[in-house]
Amino acid sequence: MPIFWLILIVLAIAVVGYILGRARAMRDAGGDIRKLHSLPSYYGANVALKAAVPAFLLMIVWLLVQPIYVTSAVSGLIPDGEGTSRAEHGLVMAEVRRTADGLKNAVAGGAMSETVARDPNADPDEVTQRLKDAGQIITSQITTPVLNAAQRYRDLNATGGLLMTAGVLILSVIGMLWGIRENRADFRARNVVERGVRALLIGAASIAILTTVGIVLSLVFNTIEFFRLYPAADFFFGLNWAPSFSGRGGSSELGVVPLLWGTFYISLVALLVAVPIGLFAAIYLSEYASPRMRAIAKPMLEVLAGIPTIVYGLFALLTVGPLLLSVFGKDGLGWMQAGTAVMTAGLVMGIMLIPFVSSLSDDIINAVPQAMRDGSYGLGATQSETIKQVVLPAALPGIVGAILLAASRAIGETMIVVLGAGAAARLSLNPFEAMTTVTAKIVSQLTGDADFASPEALVAFALGMTLFVLTLGLNVLALYIVRKYREQYE
Amino acid sequence: MTDATAPLPSSSHRAGSSSLMEYDAGTRRRNNAERRFRAYGLAAVAFGMFFLAVLAVSIIRSGTPAFTRTVVQVDFAMTQQQFDEAEKSLLKTKVYSGLFISALTAELQERGLDSTFDEAAIERLLGKVGGTIREYYKANPAKLGEPVSFSLATSSRVDGYLNGRVKRDTLQDSRFLMASDLDLVDRLEEAGIIHAEFNWPFLTGGDSGVDNPGGAGIGVSVVGSFFMMLVVLVLSLPIGVAASIYLEEFAPQNWFTDLIEINISNLAAVPSIVFGILGLAVFIQFMHLPQSAPLVGGLVLTLMTLPTIIISTRASLKSVPPSIRDAALGVGASKMQAVFHHVLPLAMPGILTGTIIGLAQALGETAPLLLIGMVGFVARGYPGGFLEGFVEPNSAMPAQIYTWAARADAAFYDKAWGGIIVLLLFLLTMNIVAIILRRRFERRW
Repeated sequence: MPIFWLILIVLAIAVVGYILGRARAMRDAGGDIRKLHSLPSYYGANVALKAAVPAFLLMIVWLLVQPIYVTSAVSGLIPDGEGTSRAEHGLVMAEVRRTADGLKNAVAGGAMSETVARDPNADPDEVTQRLKDAGQIITSQITTPVLNAAQRYRDLNATGGLLMTAGVLILSVIGMLWGIRENRADFRARNVVERGVRALLIGAASIAILTTVGIVLSLVFNTIEFFRLYPAADFFFGLNWAPSFSGRGGSSELGVVPLLWGTFYISLVALLVAVPIGLFAAIYLSEYASPRMRAIAKPMLEVLAGIPTIVYGLFALLTVGPLLLSVFGKDGLGWMQAGTAVMTAGLVMGIMLIPFVSSLSDDIINAVPQAMRDGSYGLGATQSETIKQVVLPAALPGIVGAILLAASRAIGETMIVVLGAGAAARLSLNPFEAMTTVTAKIVSQLTGDADFASPEALVAFALGMTLFVLTLGLNVLALYIVRKYREQYE
Repeated sequence: MTDATAPLPSSSHRAGSSSLMEYDAGTRRRNNAERRFRAYGLAAVAFGMFFLAVLAVSIIRSGTPAFTRTVVQVDFAMTQQQFDEAEKSLLKTKVYSGLFISALTAELQERGLDSTFDEAAIERLLGKVGGTIREYYKANPAKLGEPVSFSLATSSRVDGYLNGRVKRDTLQDSRFLMASDLDLVDRLEEAGIIHAEFNWPFLTGGDSGVDNPGGAGIGVSVVGSFFMMLVVLVLSLPIGVAASIYLEEFAPQNWFTDLIEINISNLAAVPSIVFGILGLAVFIQFMHLPQSAPLVGGLVLTLMTLPTIIISTRASLKSVPPSIRDAALGVGASKMQAVFHHVLPLAMPGILTGTIIGLAQALGETAPLLLIGMVGFVARGYPGGFLEGFVEPNSAMPAQIYTWAARADAAFYDKAWGGIIVLLLFLLTMNIVAIILRRRFERRW
C-alpha cells in the first residue's frame, strides 16, 4: 500500500519541518522569545503546513485525475470492432482492468516473470492459461488487443504512481524549505498560520457540498446512460417490472410504477401504525405523564430509533412474517401466501418510525406556551378538549412536518423491505401480498450478476435518482410547512 | 318603562338537577371523553413499550442458541502402528473413521448401552471425522500412543434437535439427517458423550460456506467492522469538528455559508442507500478502489455520519457561553486561539458523545454496505495484517447478518440472531460510554 507510506513520509517531513522551522526562528531571534513576532510554535506550524497541505492536495488531485487519463489513453487502443456500443466498450474496459490486475498479482506472486508480463507479442492463450494457473480471475480468453491494452494500462498506472510519489515528495520538501526560509524573527507567522487553518476549516465545511455534488453527479451521469439504453417514457410509465436475468438487455421491462406503488403502499401502512401511536404517545408523555414516567418512557421509546434496521429486517422476516402467516395464511383466513408481504414490512417499519413521530411531536407540543393552555382551562375546557382544540392546532405545522419526515424515512428505508416485503413487483391492493420497493430493487439490481454497463444494472441509478428526488422533495416540503405556518409566540 | 321583569329561564330550572354536587349528562360525557383520550395516550405508550419488549424477547430467545454448540467427546487412542497402516491404505480417512467408530462403540458399551450405527450416520452427525483425526495426528505425531480426548462439533441439525428447532415428528429423512440418527443422538446423550458447551468458534471464527451453518462465526466480520469504524473515526472526527468550528465560529453570513448549511441538513435526511450508490459510483466505478474493502465501507459511512457529527458538534460549541470567548479575546488571544485553546476543550465532551453516537449509527448501517460488495463475499479468514485489514475484502457485522438471513438454510437464522446480539452488545456499550461521558463531563453554565 504505497499511498499509506507516502502519507506517512509526508507527515514525517512535516514534523521535521516543524522542528527545523521553530529552531530557525529561535536562532534568528538569538534565542530570545521576546524578539519573535509570534509564539515559536507558530513558526513550526507554518513550515509543517507548507510541507503537508500542498503535497496532500496534489496527491488527491492526482489520484482523481490519473484513472480518467489512463482510461481514456487505454480505450484508444481497443479497436472499434471490439466495442461497438458504449455498453460493450465498458465490458471490454472491465476485462482490460481485470487482466491488468491479474498480471500485477501474477508477477507479485512469482507465477509470471516481469518480461513475459510486459511482452507485447506474448501469446494471449498462454498468458490466459498462466494467469488461470496463478489463481487470477479471468472470465474469458484474452485477445491480443485486450492484452496489449492491459499491458499499457499497467505501464501507465505504474508510471503515474511513480510520478505522483516523486511529485508529492518534491512538493513537500520545497514547501518545507520555503517555510524555513520565511521564518525570520519578524515574520508574522501566527497570521499566516491562522489564515491557513481557516482555509482548511472552510475546506472541511465544503465537503458537505462536495458530497451532494458527488451524489447528484453519480446519479445523473448513470441515469442519462440508462436512458440512452432504455426509453425514459417506458421507465416512468411502464406498468411492468421484469428485468431479464441474462443481463444483456432487449427483453427487460423496467417500469417504475409497480415499484413506486409498493413503496407508497408499504410507507402508508407504516405511517398508519406510526402516526397514531407516535402522536398519542407524544401527547400523553408531554401533557399527562408524571416527570418520573416521562424520564423512563421517553428514552425507552427512543431506543426503538437506535436499533439498526437490519435487526428490524430480521424481525420482520423471522418473527412478524410467520406470525401474520399463521393468522392470515392458509391455516387462518387464507389471504396470505408467504411471510413476506406489504403488511409484514409495513408493520415493522411502523414500529421503527414510532420514535421519529413521537420525539419530534413531543418537542413541538412542548413548545406551545403554557399560557395558551391556562387560557383554555380558565374557560372551563377539560384537558383533552384543550389538547384537541388549542394545543394540537397550534402544533399542527410542526406535527405535519414530523409526519412528512417520517414518510421520507419510510420511503428511503431499505433493510426492512429487502428482508420483509418480498421480491415480486406487483400492482395490487391486497396488503397481504408480497410487493417490492424502489430501495429493494436498487439492492437487487446492483448486487446481482448484471454487468455495470447493462440497463439492468444502470436502472438502479435511475431508481436512486427517483428516490433522491422524492425524499428531497418531502424534506423540503416539511421544512417549508414548518417555516411558513409556524406560530410565533414572542 | 315597565316593571315587568324578563321571565325566568325555565329550561335551567329543572328541579333537583342543577346541583354542583352532581354531574349532569354533558359533564359526564366530557369527563368520559377525557378518560378515553387519556387511555388512548397510555395505550400508545404501552404499545411502544410492548413492541420494544417483544423485540428484545425475540432477539434473546432466538439468538441464544447461536452461543452454544453441541460436541461429542470421545477418548481415542491410536498407536504408531495403526497410524502407519492407515497412512498406507488407499482410503485413508475411511480407516480413521473406522477406528473412531469402534472407539465410540466401545465407549457406549462400557456404559452399558448398545447401539448400532454406520459410517454414514456418523458423517451425518459429525461431518468428516476421519479427516479431522488424520489432520490432528499428522500435526501432532507425538500424541500417537497416548489417549487423546476429541471434542467434535456436531452438525447444525443435531444442534437444532437438541434445542428444539428440529422436531422428530416433522423430520423428513434426508441425506443430512435421518430419524434413526436421532436415536443415536439420544443414546449418546444418555451416555453423557454428547453435551453442549459455549460456542467460542462463533465469536472468533469467520463465515463458512452455504452448506456448513455450524461452522459460521462472526469474529472476522467484527474485525471488518472495526477497521471500518477506524476509518470513520479518523476521517469524520477531524473533518466534522473543523466544519462545525468554521460554521459556528467563523462563517460570515453569506450565500456560501447558507449553501453549506442547506447541504448539511439535506444530507442528514438522504436515505442511506443513496450513499451506497455514491460509494459504488465514485469509489469503486470511478476510483477503482477494491470492492468489499473496509476502506471503501469506511469512506461511505464517513460521508453518511458527517452530518450527524457536525450537527451535534455545533450544538456543543453553541453551548459554550460567549463570555469564555470574550475573556480570551480580552487577554489578547486571537480569534483562532480563543476557539482552539478555550472553546474547543470545553466543548470536547459533547463532541465526543456526538461522535460515539454517530459511530454507533454507522456501525449498524447495512444498506450502503450491500452496494459496495460486502455481501457477495464470504469472509472466511482474518486479514493478513494491519494495513491489509483496510484493503482486503472483508465483511462487516450487519452485512454478515444480512448474508446469513438471506441464505436458504434455516440453521443460519440462529446465527443471524446471534450476530444481532453481538452487534447490539457493541452498540449498547458505545451508547453507555456516551451517556457516561455526558454525565461525567457535562457542564451547566
